[in-house]
Amino acid sequence: METGKYSKYLKSGAIWGFIVLELIFFTIAGEFLSLSDKAFMDADNMLLLFKQSAPIGIIAMGMTIIMVNGNIDLSVGAIYAICAIVLLDSMTWPMFATLGDGVIPVAWALALLVGVLLGALNGLIVWKTGVDAFIVTLGSMLGYRGLVFMYNGEQPTSHLNWTLVDFAEAQFLGLHTPTWFLLIATTAIWFLMNRTVHGRNAYAIGNNREAAVNAGIRVGPHIMINFMIIGFLSALSAVVFYSESGSVNPNDGELYELWVITAVVLGGTKLTGGAGSIVGTFGGVLAIQLLRKGLSHIGADTSTVNLVIGLILIAVLFLDRQLNIKGKEELKV
Amino acid sequence: MTDQTPVLRLEGIVKTFPGVRALDGVSLNIMPGEVHALMGENGAGKSTLMKVLGGIYQPDEGQIIVGEAPSVMSSPLDAKAKGIVFIHQELSLADELSVAENIYLGELPRKRFGMVDWDTLYRRTDAILDKLKVGFNAKTIVGDLSIANQQMVEIARALTVEAKAVIFDEPTASLTDAEKVVLFEVISDLQAQGVGIVYISHRMEEIFKITDRISVLRDGSYRSTVNTADTNEESITQLMIGRSLDLSRNESHHELGDVALEVRGLSCGNLYTDVSFEVRRGEVLGFYGLVGAGRTEIAETLFGLRDPSAGTVLLDGVETTINSPADAISKGISLVPEDRKGQGLVLGMNCRDNMTLPQVDDLTAGPFVAEGSEVAIFDQYRDKLDIRTPGWKQIVGNLSGGNQQKIVIGKWLSMHPSVLIVDEPTRGIDVGSKAEIHNLIRDLAAQGYAVIVISSEMPEVLHVSDRIVAMYSGKVMRTFTSEEVTEESLIQAISGLSSDKAA
Repeated sequence: METGKYSKYLKSGAIWGFIVLELIFFTIAGEFLSLSDKAFMDADNMLLLFKQSAPIGIIAMGMTIIMVNGNIDLSVGAIYAICAIVLLDSMTWPMFATLGDGVIPVAWALALLVGVLLGALNGLIVWKTGVDAFIVTLGSMLGYRGLVFMYNGEQPTSHLNWTLVDFAEAQFLGLHTPTWFLLIATTAIWFLMNRTVHGRNAYAIGNNREAAVNAGIRVGPHIMINFMIIGFLSALSAVVFYSESGSVNPNDGELYELWVITAVVLGGTKLTGGAGSIVGTFGGVLAIQLLRKGLSHIGADTSTVNLVIGLILIAVLFLDRQLNIKGKEELKV
Repeated sequence: MTDQTPVLRLEGIVKTFPGVRALDGVSLNIMPGEVHALMGENGAGKSTLMKVLGGIYQPDEGQIIVGEAPSVMSSPLDAKAKGIVFIHQELSLADELSVAENIYLGELPRKRFGMVDWDTLYRRTDAILDKLKVGFNAKTIVGDLSIANQQMVEIARALTVEAKAVIFDEPTASLTDAEKVVLFEVISDLQAQGVGIVYISHRMEEIFKITDRISVLRDGSYRSTVNTADTNEESITQLMIGRSLDLSRNESHHELGDVALEVRGLSCGNLYTDVSFEVRRGEVLGFYGLVGAGRTEIAETLFGLRDPSAGTVLLDGVETTINSPADAISKGISLVPEDRKGQGLVLGMNCRDNMTLPQVDDLTAGPFVAEGSEVAIFDQYRDKLDIRTPGWKQIVGNLSGGNQQKIVIGKWLSMHPSVLIVDEPTRGIDVGSKAEIHNLIRDLAAQGYAVIVISSEMPEVLHVSDRIVAMYSGKVMRTFTSEEVTEESLIQAISGLSSDKAA
């Protein structure tokens, strides 16, 4: 049991140790390799890091609860793109023309509503058909992306509302608006998973589905609610990001699902469900963003970044597997 | 007790699964404040009956009456709400969650906005745990507990509601003696409160210690209910095994060759300990015991699927270690696994490909698979084992259970093993084919193979074995020759009764 405890601490602390390691490495390496004369750990740079973490990070919070529940959602990138289009396009609709800047909350609400509905559709299919969530959301990823292209072809959808841009670029107590949204989403999902019956049941279902069923937990509705949550958060992520940028390409959000899952897995959530924490996911999101930022700080290009993150992910999963082997008497597979 | 209303009545419960009548008109009365033992062999229908009662299965016919009211148990939670609590034999716990969350799984106390009321949860749980005198608290993570303590968590679930009847399915399977004492105290507390207890166990000494009445099931039908005080172990054993079964013993012996496999003091963690036995060429050694006694785990160790923690394995008198199934096969050990469809066959592949699966690497003509030699191997063993199939192209999934099993056996024979381990050779196979498989096993021994047969069916073990090893919770209790074994002594050995008591 001693070794079990040891590996538990190692696992929950690992991501933060990794972040510290990254900070030290990039600070030192930055001294020699960086072209800019600014330090890596510069305050502005770190604030920017948080802001840039927001789009992936907000979705990753939803992915954590989905994966803890024992499912996965590959359609988040496509939902993100659809909601971005709804947000920007709805502001130009003639029926809202009389609202002035009052169109902003309407557009936000519409985009969030669409996210929830698309997520609910995923959840409903998983619940009612019993098909694996991987397959269902693989299908909806393609389908939803198809909707994006049907809407405006290859053309970007653009609309800049300066009031909105001002809001999105604002800094409150030093933190950017997207950072605040990331922190709020993190806190809210942390609360949901650790303090509510729904959250604890999600853990139970992912951990031992049969035990949950035997205890009378209604698995289907919980799954559906979680898909609605991740739909909402994908939409929120789009709303926060495109309020500032004002233009969405039909390819935007592609591969987001993979970045998000990488962050969640780095943060210690089990692929098989039942274990994982929001704090860990937050660490995973920061670690990835640090790596991307740090590598570009020392002059590496995007392809190197992807290569390094890929290798680290495999190393982490291997380490996790080694820590999870309980004893020698276990059946070899 | 006669003028009281039963807390729970079952009337004419019938439950069928495709091809099997698992329960055939079972009726049972549970009185308030009694401990009612339910006994029967493996597969007699005890667990199915309890699952019907617990709302996991719906009966095809018959009625469940709780108190006065006929009830339908639509789900486990529904059963619990009606006061029927089911303590599972297999642990049904979420090991990443805390003890408290597991005990109140599905009905966590709530505050506003669907929030968990942790204070109430921990307070109630600690009160229950105090009663059970366990050494852990409500916040302990279940995965950190020993199996015995996890069982105590499972038992604690019975104390969360005002139960009318509590069903214990093999509750002591993994408990130490001290923990058993606590469990029996809990049971007598419940009894004093007028709760009816259904107690399923194979362990005679427990049954006679704590129960008031005993009901016996056999082959899915109700046999009899007797007062514990008016009966004894022998008559219960007789009720359980019945007279209708063919319990004829194997009487022919083949000429025995050298010792092919010898195992000395083999242990694997707490799965089994200090197991020693030997098998000679030409001999069939039967392993008999309850589910979970460690028989399959021994087979898996010999086949290189588990690493033993102590002990030695000798093949033809030479000490060896077996690192992997490939290693085992090359050293002449083959395993016909327990789960034929899951572990033994690739159901979607044809007969020939299944049979040559372990050696297809060697059957090549240049870069291609040598189909001709594959067909030749298939034909040879089809004739030898009398496998009835339209041809080698037949998909294995379409064959009958008996013929599927012969394909698996043929597959291993074609690897020319010296030791053949057969785990549950006739599970899910109809009666006619069973006899055929049994004859086949005897024939194989006659041809000089050393055969180990693991089975949970007593007639089978008696029928095919030259010697029988009786196992009980990871230990070898006794080794019988087919001349000295009796059904009673065998049942008592696998129920953990000491051999002097059995004699």
